[in-house]
Amino acid sequence: MSQDQQLDGFRDSTRKWVAANLPEGLKGKVLGMEGETETSLGADLQTWRALLAGKGWGAPTWPTQFGGGGLSHPEAKVISQEIAKAGGFNPIPLLTGMGTTMVGPTVLEYGTDDQKERHLPGIASGEVRWCLGLSEPNAGSDLASLATKATDEGDAFVLNGSKIWTSGADISQWCGAVVRTDNNAKKRDGISFVMLPMAQEGVSTKPIKLISGSSPFCETFFDDARADKADLLGDLNDGWSVVKRLLQHERQSQTSGSREANTDKETLADTAKRYVGEDSEGRLADADLRVRLANHLMDAKAHSLTVGRITAEARGNVEVSAAASILKNSATDVTQTRSELLLELMGSQGLGWEGDKFSEDELEHVRQWLWGKAISIYGGSAEVQKNIISKNILGLPETTQKG
Amino acid sequence: MAALTEEQSMVRDQAKSWATEQAPIGAFRKMRDSDNAERFEPQTWQSMVEMGWTGILVPEAFGGSDLGFLTFGVVLEELGRQLTASPLLASGLVGTSAILLGGNDAQQQALLPRLVDGSEILTLAVDEGPRHEPREVALAATAKDGGYVLSGDKTFVLEGMAATSFVVAARTSGTAGDAKGITLFVVPAGSAGLARKAIATMDNRGYASVSFDAVTLGADAVLGRVDDGFELLEQVLDRGRAGLGAEMIGTSSQAFDMTLEYLKTREQFGRVIGSFQALGHRAAELFSSIELARSCAEGALQTLDAGGDADTVAQMSSLSKCRVGDCLHRMSNQLIQIHGGIGMTDEFDAGFYLKRARALEATFGNRAYHRDRYATQLGF
Ligand SMILES: Cc1cc2nc3c(=O)[nH]c(=O)nc-3n(C[C@H](O)[C@H](O)[C@H](O)COP(=O)(O)OP(=O)(O)OC[C@H]3O[C@@H](n4cnc5c(N)ncnc54)[C@H](O)[C@@H]3O)c2cc1C
Repeated sequence: MSQDQQLDGFRDSTRKWVAANLPEGLKGKVLGMEGETETSLGADLQTWRALLAGKGWGAPTWPTQFGGGGLSHPEAKVISQEIAKAGGFNPIPLLTGMGTTMVGPTVLEYGTDDQKERHLPGIASGEVRWCLGLSEPNAGSDLASLATKATDEGDAFVLNGSKIWTSGADISQWCGAVVRTDNNAKKRDGISFVMLPMAQEGVSTKPIKLISGSSPFCETFFDDARADKADLLGDLNDGWSVVKRLLQHERQSQTSGSREANTDKETLADTAKRYVGEDSEGRLADADLRVRLANHLMDAKAHSLTVGRITAEARGNVEVSAAASILKNSATDVTQTRSELLLELMGSQGLGWEGDKFSEDELEHVRQWLWGKAISIYGGSAEVQKNIISKNILGLPETTQKG
Repeated sequence: MAALTEEQSMVRDQAKSWATEQAPIGAFRKMRDSDNAERFEPQTWQSMVEMGWTGILVPEAFGGSDLGFLTFGVVLEELGRQLTASPLLASGLVGTSAILLGGNDAQQQALLPRLVDGSEILTLAVDEGPRHEPREVALAATAKDGGYVLSGDKTFVLEGMAATSFVVAARTSGTAGDAKGITLFVVPAGSAGLARKAIATMDNRGYASVSFDAVTLGADAVLGRVDDGFELLEQVLDRGRAGLGAEMIGTSSQAFDMTLEYLKTREQFGRVIGSFQALGHRAAELFSSIELARSCAEGALQTLDAGGDADTVAQMSSLSKCRVGDCLHRMSNQLIQIHGGIGMTDEFDAGFYLKRARALEATFGNRAYHRDRYATQLGF
């Protein structure tokens, strides 16, 4: 059997399984930062999560011994496509915070057997949520200048300092944090990556409210917080390699473009026509908007073709690639431009905050538009990605670091 | 670069080494400074024929290799890098596609082997005014004595001076602006009443104006169906556009490589200019836009190879022509800008790329044309 035939067979069985198991009540819904909540989706969500976890589909490409599905990347893609086609979503990545996309892959690469056994299954099943304590008030793009201190106290490190923008810190069970373990070394050489439980006396969090109205992230304070030595990821003082890898995984996870969720929603062009109207020849009535909409749709198409091309060139071996920075920036452009166009074409209906003058979709678009401004800031800002492209891909001189 | 087959990689390597050694940009400069009327070297054309490039789209039964569009694209890309002048796109891709798509058995048997061996240079005569608008065809083809009489003018015909015959889009009914009523004809360049005149363009290629003064043709000159030639014309054009996309990616990539090299070597303020972040970011943006555009160019060629339907091919060709056009436009301007004063000198090659860029952008529909077409295809 050829690979394609095998994949077709896998697609068939996946489709049947999804049709038989996806709870009705979840169809057309998404658990999201601005959307439905765990409570609003209720028992259906837990049922669906457990069913997926049973097959290892929370982390389809991880080894089965750690709760994964032991599948190939093309097969993993088939799973998400088939779930989306059925109008559903995979809640596990969303329920684990930074677990499936970032912490898990990094633990798989750098972790000891003990760490893999203790941490991976909880992520793969969607039961343990992780946050990442990287950024600090004075260490954003220049993360290596971080100041949170960890002192060696026998079988544990004791942490003091504060983190900021920690997504999901108030609802996570575990945290991966970068801390300074050597004050005398050069700034990148004195950093270590530790993992610690959030439910302990030395950890406290304070939610930060965003411009979109929600509070998905926090200030996180470490006040003699403890991280077991057994939870040092990678070598002592080699945390910079670990976090660099982690951030590559983050970039990789952000390359897919706008989250075109459910299949039954109308196209952007149709939405535009609904609000703006059309001329006698069926063209969008606003000629200027029409040009910009066409450009946007071409950019979106160019982006998805590029994702496909890079995957094909890697011949299925979708390792974290140098192209991730290019894709992260183009995904960002596509998503942000789409939001701007939507807001604009809705006219004054795109200005709503709450109330029944506005449809749910309209209000949702406004929040999404605001939230979307974050994409070019986190995971390495758009400017930082350009630094990476010019230095790592094009071989131009470093412009950022002194010395 | 798309995941190429072994055969495609071989063709690419062959094209790359041949173009850089035998037909590099320096050869183009020599040709520009000569009084060569055809605007390409006969030897260049002969070598291309020998390497089998004229047969890439043609079935083996007619002497070709039938390797497909992506393969043709990798060749065009290498030629686009060196600005190698030849009728390969105009005849080997566009003219040949017209015969492959629209030719009856007799026409295919008469023309395809000659297109492959290079003795026939067949090029498309479509535009009549300064803007590409195939529906506006007005050149009249009047039925007479079981045949047709052609009267009117064509302009900006690619490789019009070297052509041995033309595929002419003419009007057999309706009025300019109607899709219905267009018919394609194969017209030998030596026909009585046909006259051509070279157009001196900034990119120094062999464009011509061709006039038809009561050119008499038999019914066997019709390519495809009478009055229904518009669809065929669009399909032929879309193949040309997809080919141009590949050539333009090559031109953009070369312009980028020249620029990157300069960023790494030119020093000002005691350091290489590539160490200025404004320029590093611009390089990153240009590089990214070429990567994204490349996916469109290759996507259009792959759609053709996969036998995509006419609508899908049209969409992908317009996407490619517009997106690669945007990228080349910007890249060609930055090629000059980042080279500073030296970029303005005729002695340096940058100007050739800028001038060629604009001609490529305009051929078979500029960016605005294809943006509009794409929007229409998507129904808005
Ligand atoms: C929604 C959201 C979620 C986040 N989640 C997390 C999380 O879970 N955990 C976590 O640790 N952090 C998280 N972050 C923080 C994020 O990683 C930082 O915001 C990011 O690294 C930028 O740092 P900063 O905000 O301090 O901005 P700064 O680094 O101060 O940047 C300010 C501006 O300067 C530009 N700039 C900075 N350096 C350069 C340079 N060298 N060249 C050119 N321009 C430059 C930036 O691009 C930006 O435009 C999150 C952020 C957001 C918005």
